[in-house]
Amino acid sequence: MDLPHHGYRETKPRARAAPPAGDSVLFEDTSSAAPAMNSQGYYTSGYNMGGPSNDMQGGGGMNNLFADPMANAAMMYGSSLANQGKDMVNKEISRFMTVNKLKYFFAVDTRYVLKKLMILMFPYTHQDWEVRYHRDTPLTPRQDVNASDLYIPTMAFITYILLAGMALGIQKRFSPEVLGLCASTALVWVIIEVLVMLLSLYLLTVHTDLSTFDLIAYSGYKYVGMIFTVLCGLLFGSDGYFVAFAWSSFALMFFIVRSLKMKILPSLSSDSMGMGSNAKPQLRLYITVASALFQPIIIYWLTSHLVR
Amino acid sequence: MAFTLYSLIQAAILCINAVAVLHEERFLSKIGWGVDQSVGGFGDEPGIKVQLMNLIRSVRTVMRGGKFKFTGKHKDRNEN
Repeated sequence: MDLPHHGYRETKPRARAAPPAGDSVLFEDTSSAAPAMNSQGYYTSGYNMGGPSNDMQGGGGMNNLFADPMANAAMMYGSSLANQGKDMVNKEISRFMTVNKLKYFFAVDTRYVLKKLMILMFPYTHQDWEVRYHRDTPLTPRQDVNASDLYIPTMAFITYILLAGMALGIQKRFSPEVLGLCASTALVWVIIEVLVMLLSLYLLTVHTDLSTFDLIAYSGYKYVGMIFTVLCGLLFGSDGYFVAFAWSSFALMFFIVRSLKMKILPSLSSDSMGMGSNAKPQLRLYITVASALFQPIIIYWLTSHLVR
Repeated sequence: MAFTLYSLIQAAILCINAVAVLHEERFLSKIGWGVDQSVGGFGDEPGIKVQLMNLIRSVRTVMRGGKFKFTGKHKDRNEN
């Protein structure tokens, strides 16, 4: 505890030479407790309080932070500033998105993640695609395998970026800028796809409970297929790449069509009475199929340059 | 095609600007997309064309914002 003491005294030779009381009032230099000096620099009112604390320094054992009123006041000020900042940040964020809605998408557990990955890669044996409700609120992903989550897309996105870096490194084409470029390209495609889906759902006045986060989730599920494709391409060469690409494309198309059919096309699945104009059920079907067909295109676009 | 976030923002701003400069009476009414042609059909749900016209009009309103007083609506002056 004496070490900072001495170090501080050496950097301020004037405090050592002159009598401590006189010089300290002039330069705001207590040299009693080294940590207290940092806080004194932030205060103009430290001038007055520098006097009394200097008088107390005679014992030399005033390194205790909490016995020094200056440090105490500084700490309380700092913590109140931090609290204010935290409140402001929370207020601003809650204007754009509710954190509760976001928490619902991350309430996953291991069993759900494993089952969902299995369904994404092999959806042909999954029987029940309905999202189960519990008193008007959808069940969390922990309780319902069909609920969409944001954990898998986020992790898959990050893994895809790392895998792209690794693939480029294997082919000796790596540089740090390429990684950022790949990440922003993939992100931009996700944003474009979500915006196009939102626009088309709005134009066709489809009354659905698909929120923006659900669409982001469905867009993000293709990264799982992309990771599988790139891995097979790296391990088994060009043939393995095309086989894995075909497999994951079909699986993903099946998954998207079955999932979105439940949400966008209620009138088709219930009965075939023509309500409203005749064009609408067809247009809804077109949206679903177009969204499904877009997936292989974007998978090919984002992975073919990694596996030559 | 390597995108950056900046190119996305650029594209979005250019698209919104393009929608905002579509003139109501000189252009949209001529091709039958003016807002006075979108009334009606209350029992039915609005079709694509009506939704699109409403979307264009709302984008233009939001973009014009506080300049309402100066540009105004030319239609009122011409009708008098």
